[in-house]
Amino acid sequence: MEDDAPVIYGLEFQARALTAQAAETDAVRFLVGTQSLKFDNQIHIIDFDDENNIINKNVLLHQAGEIWHIGASPADKAVLTTCYNKTSDSRVVSCAAVWRMPSDWETGNHESPDESAHNPQTLELLCHLDDSTHGNAACVLWEPMGDGKRVISLADNHALLWDLQESSTQAAVSSTATLEGKGQLKFTSGKWSPHHNCSQLATANDTAIRGWDLRTMRVWSVRYNHSHDQLVLTASSDSRLILSNMVSISSEPFGHLVDDEELSEGEELHQEDKGKEPLKDSVVSTYEEHEDSVYAAEWSSADPWLFASLSYDGRLVINRVPRALKYRILL
Amino acid sequence: MDEGSVPVAEDPARRRRVHGMLKLYYGLNEEGKAPEQPESLDPCDINGPHFDPELYLNKLRRECSLTELMDQETCMVRQIRSLDSDMQTLVYENYNKFISATDTIRKMKNDFKKMEDEMDCLSANMAAITEFSARISGTLQDQHAQITKLSGVHTLLRKLQFLFELPARLNKCLELQAYAQAVNTHRRARCVLQQYSHLPSFKGIQDDCHAIMDKLAQELRQKFRDGGSSAKDLSECVELLLQLDEPAEELCDKFLSHARSRLESDLQGLEAEIKPYPSTATKDASAHGSSSATAPGSPSDGSPKSSSLPSPASNTDILEFIDRGCNEFVSSLCLVITSYQELFINHAQKGELASKNIPQMANGKLHAFVDDLAARYFMLVERRIQEEKGVGDNSLLVRALDRFHRRLQAVAKLLPGSAVPNKGTEIVIRAATERVKQYLSALQSFYMDSLTDVRQALATPRLSVAGTSVAGPASGRDAPTSLPELLSSLSASILNQIKSVLASVHLFTAKDITFSNKPYFKGEFCSQGVRESLVVSFIKFVCQSSRQFCETAGDKGGSTPPALLLLLSRLCLDYETSTISYILTLTDEQFLVQHHSPVTPVTTLCAEAREAAQKLLNHYVKVQGLIISQMLRKSVETRDWVNTIEPRNVRAVMKRVVEDTTSIDVQVGLLYEEGVRKAHSSDSSKRTFSVYSSSRQQARYAASYTPSAPMDTNLLSNIHKLFSERIDIFSSVEFNKVSVMTGIIKISLKTFLECVRLRTFGRYGLQQIQVDCHYLQMYLWRFVSDENLVHFLLDEIVGSAAHRCLDPAPMEQSVIEVICERG
Repeated sequence: MEDDAPVIYGLEFQARALTAQAAETDAVRFLVGTQSLKFDNQIHIIDFDDENNIINKNVLLHQAGEIWHIGASPADKAVLTTCYNKTSDSRVVSCAAVWRMPSDWETGNHESPDESAHNPQTLELLCHLDDSTHGNAACVLWEPMGDGKRVISLADNHALLWDLQESSTQAAVSSTATLEGKGQLKFTSGKWSPHHNCSQLATANDTAIRGWDLRTMRVWSVRYNHSHDQLVLTASSDSRLILSNMVSISSEPFGHLVDDEELSEGEELHQEDKGKEPLKDSVVSTYEEHEDSVYAAEWSSADPWLFASLSYDGRLVINRVPRALKYRILL
Repeated sequence: MDEGSVPVAEDPARRRRVHGMLKLYYGLNEEGKAPEQPESLDPCDINGPHFDPELYLNKLRRECSLTELMDQETCMVRQIRSLDSDMQTLVYENYNKFISATDTIRKMKNDFKKMEDEMDCLSANMAAITEFSARISGTLQDQHAQITKLSGVHTLLRKLQFLFELPARLNKCLELQAYAQAVNTHRRARCVLQQYSHLPSFKGIQDDCHAIMDKLAQELRQKFRDGGSSAKDLSECVELLLQLDEPAEELCDKFLSHARSRLESDLQGLEAEIKPYPSTATKDASAHGSSSATAPGSPSDGSPKSSSLPSPASNTDILEFIDRGCNEFVSSLCLVITSYQELFINHAQKGELASKNIPQMANGKLHAFVDDLAARYFMLVERRIQEEKGVGDNSLLVRALDRFHRRLQAVAKLLPGSAVPNKGTEIVIRAATERVKQYLSALQSFYMDSLTDVRQALATPRLSVAGTSVAGPASGRDAPTSLPELLSSLSASILNQIKSVLASVHLFTAKDITFSNKPYFKGEFCSQGVRESLVVSFIKFVCQSSRQFCETAGDKGGSTPPALLLLLSRLCLDYETSTISYILTLTDEQFLVQHHSPVTPVTTLCAEAREAAQKLLNHYVKVQGLIISQMLRKSVETRDWVNTIEPRNVRAVMKRVVEDTTSIDVQVGLLYEEGVRKAHSSDSSKRTFSVYSSSRQQARYAASYTPSAPMDTNLLSNIHKLFSERIDIFSSVEFNKVSVMTGIIKISLKTFLECVRLRTFGRYGLQQIQVDCHYLQMYLWRFVSDENLVHFLLDEIVGSAAHRCLDPAPMEQSVIEVICERG
């Protein structure tokens, strides 16, 4: 703990999907979904022991296909959604589903990591969020403050609001919205706005909503720190993760979204109103532990000063906000 | 004789006594007998005083013989006889003299008596005269006092007469218009009249005089007011009025107001020239026949039309205007000042009026008057100057300003301490700075126009150069061979424009221009005005506008043609290396700039230009990279890679990419030098790569096949990455062709990689990627500084595709090569 050395965890497979377990507020826990066409894909549950700087992992099998996006229910920490590619008859179909982790995943893997890696448990399917008329699902978004009953899935150029019923075992489309425009527009990412009574949704397609970082290549993921909204994480294909201190957008609903030249993802995320002393907009630090494109970055839901980033080569890195900055923001 | 014997005896003594007495009387004894004195003690010395006859006789008797005695005796008798006769003569003479003295005294006594009588008579006469005289003067005393008094009365009477005649005389003077005489006369009488005004008669006279003088003053004033009379008359008039105790202030005011009316008509004439419609000036009616009809007789309202009319004062140019202003207004003003000073200040200083502080008062009034009118004049001039928008011919303005300034010097000489010349100089300065600003904006718009021209030239290049284009594959895209020509013509035309502007501005500091030796024009104008706000600002503007191209283009996505970015980048770079210092040196030389105030150093500007050049080039790389990226991306995204057929050809898009890259290479090569490559490439190295990459890929695919070792792929690629440098995709490029091309290719291939990773491939999909990558490899290596970079990225693409492949069965390297070589 004397320094802020990053903690690196390697996965065997390539991976793009990363989320913090939203319902878990005590432990620093991230979920990673792997991408492999040939093997059974896995969901790695990464526990980070803050005090000892140690990572514990659990692996769950996700046999449906390679995971492109993963989302954790804000209400039930055992429930999660994935968007996955299913290959059947030389066709690739993107699907979305709600899953429940097996109840004993925590107890069943304490023997040894090797064993758990070899005998991973399987996720229990709750329901599919499929509507073939609306195309391929890109991501599934949980209503952040809700009770885990409502999700939105983005598929091609449609946004679908689902109501989950009967312990999430059934899903019904309650409303849809369609993005119209020339060309083939596709939603690639989105996020609920925590303001306005959770009724708004910000989505991103190629250029409609844009991210932050002007220096790096494609910004794949933008995450606000959910308790200190001036801290912004950007992850990009040039193998860098950048933590920026954007005072100018602090505590403001998404309005100051700046431009990037080519952007696939960029979201408006958790924000909480907190008055901050003026600090200059600046890049706090650049993390270069990754050696491939970084496709996902996520703040921990338990510790607001901790974040994880995931690069394509399967490397997960857990970092902390530099202490000097932390104290400046806090004090 | 008998008796004689006796007297003889006693004779010598007696004789001796007599002798002594005489001697005493005549005072001879001291001198005559002095030598005898020692002998005289001898009693035998017959002539001595102690002579003793007895002794002498005895001695003689005893000593001498008879004969001797006898002889002695005869001698003695002879001597006695002679002595006797002498004595007789002497006595006789003496007696005669005494007698005559007595006679004289007697006669004198008689004469004095007579004189005394006459003196008595005289004194008596004198007393009588004195008495008479006293009597006469006593009598005349009374008469004299009376005469004196009478004489005084006479004078007074004459004065009185003058006074009584005064009114009549004044009237007469008035009739004869001999005002000066009248005033003089009146002035002489004024004090007396004033003194005795308590007496009724005098009062009357005074009143009469006053009345007359009032009339006179009236007439003078009238004359003064008419003003038509000559300056001499006028000055006489004023002088007289001043002597008449006319309040000087009032006179000043009248004089000035009279002058003002004349000057104002001048000003109105000037104003009419500024007006857009010639309602006041009939001569302009022909020029603006239509507008005069629309707005007749409304000269008072401002100039609302000035904005709508491009050049409202086109009827007269500024030189004419200033000329007119100088000839009419300024010269009249000078005349007024001169005559006013003559009348009220110089003249009053001489006379007794100086004590009344008239010069000061008059001076104050004059200054206020001049300031007021000059302010209006200046306002008009400034309005007119402001209308000088066209920057075509500066010499006219400079000459006009020079004339304006020069003429004001006359005022300065006439009226030392006046603020007018300074204000005039300020106007000139303002006009100059305004001019500099106009030039700056003219330069800026010239620059922007030039850029538009360049843009147009870039947009339609193929029409003109299509026939001459020998750029091979580049002919498909806009790679105008005229880029360097465009650059040089742009650069030259900008430079020429700057030079001509400098030459125009230089007129302000020409030696023969009066205001050029003002400290402002020597120092601040040169350094702050010309150097900073014109030249430096323009250079900064060029850099700034260049940077704006980078910023706006990001939004609109290529609103600026990439060729223009490249051209501007080269322009900025040229500026940095030579042009800026050349321009500034030129400026400094032309204007002999002495840097009193801190000026922007050349290095700062150069740094700015370099920064702009760098930004533009970076942006160029980004834009070109994105154009190619877009093609690659579309080609990857729109294809169903799972169900594709076996590759037979390189996809057309790859050929297109290579073509575009080549044309970009040609384009960049026109403006930038080749640059350095890391390692010299040859065909052999290409071949080596092919073998190497294929074998390595084989290994990787093989590893992927083996389910037992899923880590191997990562391991391999990670090990590879460990030994290769991190690729910084958007790093700054250097100013050479290779660096630019490297940047563009990096961006393109990285995009390709990212797109591939988002897709899922079938067997043939992977093979197609293999073919494509090999094709790219064949052509792209020659553009980049380090071909390993291309190898690495292409490797990565194929590797990623293999990973994303459902059925990874790579194509044989030889087949790939055959397909690629077939085209």
